Amino acid sequence: MTTEPLAKPAVLVEGVGKTFDVGRGRSAGTVVALDDIQLSVATGEFVSLIGPSGCGKSTLLRLIADLDQPSVGDIRVFGKTARQARIDQDYGIAFQQAGLLPWRSVAANIELPLELHGIGREARQKRSAELLALVGLSDFADRFPDQLSGGMQQRVAIARSLAESPELLLMDEPFGALDEMTRERMQGELVRICGETGAAVVFVTHSIPEAVFLSDRVVVMSPRPGRIVGIVDVALGRTGDRDDDLREASTFFASVKAVREALHGIPAAAITGVETR
Amino acid sequence: MRGVSRRSTTTVIAPIAFGLLALVLWQVIVVGFDVKPYVLPSPLNIGGQFTRALGTIWSGTRVTGANALVGLLLGAVVGIVAAILSALVRVLDQLSIPVVTAASVVPIVALAPVLYTMFGAGAETARQLVAAIAVFVPVYVNTLRGLRQVRPVHRDLMRAYAATPWQLTRTVTLPGALPFVFTGLRIASSIAVISALIAEYFGGPVDGLASSITSAASYSNYTLAYAFVLGAILLGLVFYCVTLALEKLATRHRPTP
Ligand SMILES: Nc1ncnc2c1ncn2[C@@H]1O[C@H](COP(=O)(O)OP(=O)(O)OP(=O)(O)O)[C@@H](O)[C@H]1O
Ligand SMILES: [Mg+2]
Repeated sequence: MTTEPLAKPAVLVEGVGKTFDVGRGRSAGTVVALDDIQLSVATGEFVSLIGPSGCGKSTLLRLIADLDQPSVGDIRVFGKTARQARIDQDYGIAFQQAGLLPWRSVAANIELPLELHGIGREARQKRSAELLALVGLSDFADRFPDQLSGGMQQRVAIARSLAESPELLLMDEPFGALDEMTRERMQGELVRICGETGAAVVFVTHSIPEAVFLSDRVVVMSPRPGRIVGIVDVALGRTGDRDDDLREASTFFASVKAVREALHGIPAAAITGVETR
Repeated sequence: MRGVSRRSTTTVIAPIAFGLLALVLWQVIVVGFDVKPYVLPSPLNIGGQFTRALGTIWSGTRVTGANALVGLLLGAVVGIVAAILSALVRVLDQLSIPVVTAASVVPIVALAPVLYTMFGAGAETARQLVAAIAVFVPVYVNTLRGLRQVRPVHRDLMRAYAATPWQLTRTVTLPGALPFVFTGLRIASSIAVISALIAEYFGGPVDGLASSITSAASYSNYTLAYAFVLGAILLGLVFYCVTLALEKLATRHRPTP
């Protein structure tokens, strides 16, 4: 990565905390989902968030996407406020649930953002055909989401997040519903896409090998309150140059070990006490 | 495929078999115990009368059917528009609660005599209005429920795309509410027919199915009265089946609401 001193980071999270009010009346209380988060993601950098369930990964992603506002602290996306970046459509997003519109065909789902932003029909169709080929669903363009498996739906959601070739991709466990084979193929594709487009990625995952294979840096979080407990630099070279051989390299295992140790540094009580969501 | 054929066995063949059995039993009882027609005519007699009086029954069915249809369409349009307004404007929603509660508690047909005086006893308007008011309630309630069903992930998605409120309504809220609208219409279709029929008992021109039932019965022609009842049943079935088919079409790609 060439570090121009003037280049604005893709994401800059400074001293961010997020508290939710839960319950009403006597059972009312607050949940500290995030506490004092500092994170910077350079343009073109691939950063994974990993940590036990409930440690605030999705919350952090939602704050960056301006789907929710931080209780304290400041978030900048390409130097703008998160809100402005959302309005300017600077990011693409894939949620933990696929979130496809069931009354739209697969192709029409992928074309949704293009349609909303006034792209013409022909250009939309061309783009959705490209993306369908990319996620290996060309034969399913005219099907409806209810006719697809969970993993296939997730691939459609990924294609949709890529539709406008965003400079920043926010992905919340996008490969969670995929089988191991498809998962590794999609990881390879994602690495290739990022290499080609130079997009920065904030990627939430539960899988240590996945985080290591994909990322320049792996951010390890702990729950209650959600904090960053360690950041592992993965010294595997540029994300775009990675291939499957890497999965067997010793440097790969060294990074996996480093992430695992960071994760295990979390007090045991915090891990066993996680809620399943 | 097996599951589908097994389901159609239970949902189609079973009720038909049961219905036939009941008809046979009915015929046997009427003939066997020599039941008088003014108590209960036999199904074969009713069927015979039905074919003989087909012309009159058909014209009665057209009148009642038209009233029910006008009421259904009017009530549905008003119900859907009112639901959209209530979904958009909070105050309207709160204002509508007592009105809708009242409309669902009061038997609407009780309004018929008043409406006949209002619109003149020679017109069908009163009957159509009774049907429309009765239809309004289920359509309004279901549509509003549908409009409130937007899944959080879809809301987030549209926010992430910086979609305008109108884009959200057009691409997510309205299509999402469609199955609910059709469920409301399916429920309302039977209510429309029943209301249009019962309103005829309270006066107005003698041309619909229910008025014909009354006049046939007053001339002690009980078999004919039952033939008109059969016509009313068939009319109700047509309304129900058409709206059910529309509902199936609208919900074909969704998990059932
Ligand atoms: N809208 C909300 N209202 C109240 N509490 C919330 C809300 N959203 C999240 N939380 C709480 O914030 C904490 C972090 O949730 P979050 O969804 O960010 O976790 P996560 O790390 O994404 O977990 P997972 O890996 O299971 O997806 C949890 O304790 C959760 O209960
Ligand atoms: Mg999550």
